Amino acid sequence: MKETLQQTGRASKLVSMREAIAEHVPSGSMVLLGAQLEHMVPFAAGHELIRQGRRDLTLVGPISDILFDQMIGAGCVSRVMAAWVGNASAGTAYCFRRAVEQKIPRAVETVDHSNLTIALALHAAAIGVPFMPTYTTLGSDLLKRNGNLREFASPVNEERLVAVRALRPDVAIVQVQRCDAAGNAHLWGSLGVAIDGARASRKIILVAGEVVAPEVIASDPNRTLIPGFLVTAVVHEPWGAHPSPVQGYYGRDQAFFQEYHDQTRNLDNFEHWLAAWVSHVPTRAAYLQRLGHSRAEALKVRNHAPSVPVEFGF
Amino acid sequence: MNLPSHSETSASRFSRSEAMIAAAAREIHDGELVFVGMRLPLIAFAVAKRTHAPGATGLYENGVMRDTPAPELLYTMSDPPNHLHATQCGDMLSVMALLQQGRINVGFLGAGEVDRFGNINTLWGSRKGQQIRLPGSGGACDIASLSQRTVVLLEHDRQRLVQSVGHMTSPGNGTGNGWRRTQGLPARSGPSAIITTMGVMRFGEDGEAYLASIHPGTNVEEVLSSTGWTLRVADDLSVTPEPTKQELAVIRDIDPNHLWTRS
Repeated sequence: MKETLQQTGRASKLVSMREAIAEHVPSGSMVLLGAQLEHMVPFAAGHELIRQGRRDLTLVGPISDILFDQMIGAGCVSRVMAAWVGNASAGTAYCFRRAVEQKIPRAVETVDHSNLTIALALHAAAIGVPFMPTYTTLGSDLLKRNGNLREFASPVNEERLVAVRALRPDVAIVQVQRCDAAGNAHLWGSLGVAIDGARASRKIILVAGEVVAPEVIASDPNRTLIPGFLVTAVVHEPWGAHPSPVQGYYGRDQAFFQEYHDQTRNLDNFEHWLAAWVSHVPTRAAYLQRLGHSRAEALKVRNHAPSVPVEFGF
Repeated sequence: MNLPSHSETSASRFSRSEAMIAAAAREIHDGELVFVGMRLPLIAFAVAKRTHAPGATGLYENGVMRDTPAPELLYTMSDPPNHLHATQCGDMLSVMALLQQGRINVGFLGAGEVDRFGNINTLWGSRKGQQIRLPGSGGACDIASLSQRTVVLLEHDRQRLVQSVGHMTSPGNGTGNGWRRTQGLPARSGPSAIITTMGVMRFGEDGEAYLASIHPGTNVEEVLSSTGWTLRVADDLSVTPEPTKQELAVIRDIDPNHLWTRS
């Protein structure tokens, strides 16, 4: 079996985070981040975008937890197309508020969606059609104020529906549990819009906690939710999603989210936070060092619960 | 109006948010499919599961569906304990599709503001005359548009129960009875209750909210003066049943440090 897989000639797409961001995410890009909602948020990738000084990004995602807030606060973002921008457990995201209310550090345009309309926009692109029909948002101010949502008369019955325009990000940055070097990826736990989001996007950067042999991935093809032939680059970045959780690897660092909330209420404090955790931290390894060994250890899986293997033999 | 009086000691055995959660849990009937949402509704779902509705199934917009309560307190729906032993971990569209099919019996929502027709604003708030950008809809607009019954949970405050919302992020009854159908929203959908820290509001034939019950420890005058419109009161106004010992035990088991149930 090993030989068979090697014979496919799948080229390794492994690059460093710095290289992946430098090569594939220029300023002005539309970037999908945080596709799995509060699960597996690609913080390491977002921090690298901040360090490389990207500007005028359009961020796309259902809910972002605090990654969107950090990138907005760092001045990387000119537009957000999302259903929710905040701190999932604490509520308000202060940088987002400062940007929208006071144009600090710059004005940010919001294209306000619901979770379902974001999911449908990505699904439309993922299946190659210009829009998807839905009933959600009928009568709401989301429908009135978002140009990507248009009411129309159904061609097959008397109903009125909303057409959600397809959304095709330039690049999806997707955190996964494990993949092979060619980008065939296993994901589990909640998936959010990761599968459609990846397929909708022109490029896919995978950030994997673990890069494994092709045989491991091939042993369970139903769990291969992103096929490698669609993937542009693979970054091996352990702890790349901290402080968000990665099922089977580490839990949510709840204190970190609360600390971020407490420490970013005003602009000076946010800038201090950004310097301490992003700007002056050149790599994820340095970030982990700052986080501290014991804090990371405490987040590791305590009660193991492996799934039972399935039989793929014939 | 004759209402049973409640002694201070009776009401102080539980907090107002605990009374709100217990009332919310009772909106879930056994065997129902429930769109759970975040924070207080997470606890209400667990209370229902462990008391009167063991056969209810919870659905979460991240793709999780589960018929057992999560084994630990959840800070978010995507915390690892919510994935362990779930009925299914799918994607967002797989759960939202069930919602759009009309299969979800009841959906829970929080709100920045809610108005007399049950319309919800989670996008633009105001504080001391200043516009405040709130996080946005998340899945709220979808739940409010598509669940058979929508239950809104929020703290009872004049600034938040308003005559008319500044932004209709998630539709309730719009401008009154019949509005939802004229917009094209599904026939079997719409607001069922607003449950606050002071009482339970339900909706009349005309689509407007009225006070159906008040929680122990409060009174009608307090509720009316804390509401931003002239709230109608039911002829048969009742007192919300106190949280039972069993309900309180579940709430405190899930939130022992009163992270979400202090006030």
